[in-house]
Amino acid sequence: MRHLLSIADLNKSEAISILDTATELARVSDGAVKKLPTLRGRTIVNLFAEDSTRTRISFEAAAKRLSADVINFSAKGSSVSKGESLKDTAMTLQAMGADAVVIRHSASGAAQRLADSQWMSGSVINAGDGTHEHPSQALLDAFTIRKHLGMGASDLAGLNVAIVGDILHSRVARSNVLLLAMLGAKVTLVAPPTLLPVGIQNWPATVSYDFDSEIPHVDVVMMLRVQQERMSDLFFPNAREYSRYFGLNGERMASMKSGAIVMHPGPMNRGLEISAEVADSARSVITEQVTNGVSVRMAILYVLLAGGALEVGSN
Amino acid sequence: MSVALSAQDITRALTRISHEILEKNQGSANIVLLGIPTRGAHLATRISSIIASIEGSEVPTGTLDITLFRDDLRMRPPRAIMPTKIPTSGIEGKDVILVDDVLFSGRTIRAALDALGEIGRPRAVQLAALVDRGHRELPIKADFIGKNLPTSKSQSVRVLLSEIDGRDEVTIEEGAEL
Repeated sequence: MRHLLSIADLNKSEAISILDTATELARVSDGAVKKLPTLRGRTIVNLFAEDSTRTRISFEAAAKRLSADVINFSAKGSSVSKGESLKDTAMTLQAMGADAVVIRHSASGAAQRLADSQWMSGSVINAGDGTHEHPSQALLDAFTIRKHLGMGASDLAGLNVAIVGDILHSRVARSNVLLLAMLGAKVTLVAPPTLLPVGIQNWPATVSYDFDSEIPHVDVVMMLRVQQERMSDLFFPNAREYSRYFGLNGERMASMKSGAIVMHPGPMNRGLEISAEVADSARSVITEQVTNGVSVRMAILYVLLAGGALEVGSN
Repeated sequence: MSVALSAQDITRALTRISHEILEKNQGSANIVLLGIPTRGAHLATRISSIIASIEGSEVPTGTLDITLFRDDLRMRPPRAIMPTKIPTSGIEGKDVILVDDVLFSGRTIRAALDALGEIGRPRAVQLAALVDRGHRELPIKADFIGKNLPTSKSQSVRVLLSEIDGRDEVTIEEGAEL
């Protein structure tokens, strides 16, 4: 495996091996050892052409714990804001000897374009491209679910997961549906019809418009952010109505199964899709998702970068 | 393929190693056994139970995965990371005995010493290996050896243990390891 562009590129055993590697690496982060020499001398560039807090920091922390050198590159304050193309940026990074590029871009397919081009030879890791995919988020979500509800199993067979909210604009939902279904979970998408993408019937998930009828059956409720910055149109009448039908508040949370958890990829719109009461409740694993994100991203970097090509000579 | 050690030979070698560990350390009071996965971990467990039957008290035993500390990671496809389990008593000030199946280039042990250094500062570190096949690339020597096996670099040594492979045996085969 050289790049991580989409969950669709992974098979089940590769996905499980990333989760297992993350489990071991999490144990490392918990203990006395915070830093490992594994990627010493490797350079990882965080190329963020779109705003991000936790993904960038998480990749940076993961790379540093594995002793890689990290270069942060954001569109603001770089030549990208002067109009430099992705190609010229990539060739600059190649000339500086980047072993991997973690890319976030507002255009769907930007990571794929970078990987398919001959512009640079390093690994490409998709950290979110437009409304397409966000594979590292899906892996950390699966990791978090497995840790809480997996009961020692390697996959997520038999678990019911509801993904609720702005599916249309969500790369997190897209990656999660693919990964969770691959790992054996039953995924239900809950959203108003205006926030579901065309072709949803071909996704490995069922669709529901009624949050209240789904909530007592699920083990995991994954709330999505309403992405107002991507909304060029009116998708629901007003925020209060959206919140009433598709928001997770204390009353809805009370009808959840015992042991069921609440997730959110962040950043949250408190009061819109999730109430503060729920976000700060004992069922919420939202801050734990951030912690797990570092371990999962360490695992991704390890799997992509630690091994060399076979032909580099045998021992 | 030739058999270098039979099941009985392995049991005798481990029993002798256990006695030697106790002799050198004047008992089991301060020792911690750490096996290097996969097969070293099983050997450590066996040595631990032999020592317990001699001394009548349990010896803290764990595993130490060294994958993340290897210097040859770039030469091979990525390896799976195995569990590291340090006994709750820790290794600070202890006499740590590393246990591995085959001692060859010494690079695994170098990595293990680095891994130990990240966890704490043992009073001393000793090394037990079931087989020493020579061809060291680093100045590393075992304190306790089951059997010295003179081999050529074109051969490979395979250790089979009943916990994983269904039977106990050490064989020498033609053809270098991949």
